[in-house]
Amino acid sequence: MDNKRNLWSRVWPPALVLGILVACWQAAVSFALVKDWMIPSPAEVVKAAFASNVWPRLMEHTGATLGLTAIGFAGGTAAGFVLAALLHLLPGVRRGIYPLLILSQNVPIVILGPIMTMLFGYGLLPKALLVMLVCFFPVCIAMLGGLTGTDESLRNYMRMIGSGKWTLFWRLELPSALQSLFSGLKIAASYSVLSATFAEMLSPKMGLGGYMVLSTRGYMPERAFASAILIIMISLALFGLIALVERAVIRWRPGKGEAGRHAGS
Amino acid sequence: MLEVKNVSKSFSDARGTKDVLRQLSLQVGDGEFVSIVGPSGSGKTTLFGVIGGLQQPTEGEVRISGQATTGETGHVAYMPQQASLLPWRTVAGNIELSLTIAGVEKRKARSDALAWLERIGLAEYAGAYPHVLSGGMQQRVSFLRALLSPQRLMLLDEPFGALDALTREHMQKWLLSIWEQNRRSVLLVTHSIEEALYLSDRIIVLSASPAVILDEITVPFERPRREELREDARFMELRSRIYRHLAEGAKEAGRNGS
Repeated sequence: MDNKRNLWSRVWPPALVLGILVACWQAAVSFALVKDWMIPSPAEVVKAAFASNVWPRLMEHTGATLGLTAIGFAGGTAAGFVLAALLHLLPGVRRGIYPLLILSQNVPIVILGPIMTMLFGYGLLPKALLVMLVCFFPVCIAMLGGLTGTDESLRNYMRMIGSGKWTLFWRLELPSALQSLFSGLKIAASYSVLSATFAEMLSPKMGLGGYMVLSTRGYMPERAFASAILIIMISLALFGLIALVERAVIRWRPGKGEAGRHAGS
Repeated sequence: MLEVKNVSKSFSDARGTKDVLRQLSLQVGDGEFVSIVGPSGSGKTTLFGVIGGLQQPTEGEVRISGQATTGETGHVAYMPQQASLLPWRTVAGNIELSLTIAGVEKRKARSDALAWLERIGLAEYAGAYPHVLSGGMQQRVSFLRALLSPQRLMLLDEPFGALDALTREHMQKWLLSIWEQNRRSVLLVTHSIEEALYLSDRIIVLSASPAVILDEITVPFERPRREELREDARFMELRSRIYRHLAEGAKEAGRNGS
């Protein structure tokens, strides 16, 4: 009950501000402060999106973007997770690869897009590879950081009582890296939608990114705005999903206001 | 039970070699409670590292229950300075995990943990995560975890160092009462002379680095120990004897340092 009221009190202020912004936008167009062929009003965007000749296509493209995002996100984060675990368990290999991994963080991965298209054509493969690459790094780096950052006194204790390398990994290092892993996953979630739409713009046949490019080329701002809104919604939904999973998995953290409220000794 | 024979440990770095332990020998008998007292920086942590198998001694040997265990982990139950409970496991889950790592069957580990939590009055916290427990309660769980582990030697590394004076005395009394019910061989490291006198059968006084044994005292008080012991004349006398050793050691360290 308390929790629900708490949530509500956190939700309504930003919702109100958002509502006001949308109303301002609508008003600006309605009162002709902006020409409606330059920026369509929110109502027109919604109307255009639900038009019978647009909605089915919009949904088809949304499905394509969702699929690409899901494949890329799943593949990239899985690869990042596995490589981080491997590098952690093989310190010798890690010494060789880790510096390169950090360096490669500075390469803007989207520049690989045209190269991928050149090498692999216009199918799903180059796009999926690009999204995977983008998702791979934040997860791998965050996870490695988490594994290395394990509390030294806990590690000492676990070793002293006889834990081997595997027990240490499963029972201590992996659980203590979970928090970092989820930070990496959240970054990867927003990157994945971004890079998926970018990849679709390179070969604009399928997906919201492609649809957006075609709409702008055909000068249909309502459709471009509609696809932009859908892309944002996908991004938010994926982020929210990760946050929900995180809350379900990491239950041991002291809640707000609960930290420091100890039982008497 | 535990035999440490002529153990030396030195660390080398760019500035040269530093002897931390020199030719150190000590024993702990079956069911005996032995304390090590020494000034800070006397290599007590290193000694525990060597006994627990985390560190290889430069020379010498460690034997536990007659078996050579030098440089091998897993032969001791351990209670570190910080409670070191895994935050993502419940209180009972923490005890259970340590026991299963030491080879206890899972179901037995679970039932032992629950039975003893009940016995020490923490049954209602069995399913709670460690962060809801106070420092003193966490240390109780940490002690229980070491006590229930199947290894026959317990190493206690300044277990009450982080607690306030009153809680500390309370915990010493509590520890003794539990230990009397389940006598294990114990090696305790502590800063507190009174804690050592109150708890142990024998006290080993170490000097500052390199650590050598300055004195070995057999504590003459019968068990179970009474709280009034702390005002006993012999208690006072032994306390000042150990205190003199430590003070001399500190003076010497000061001279060497200047």
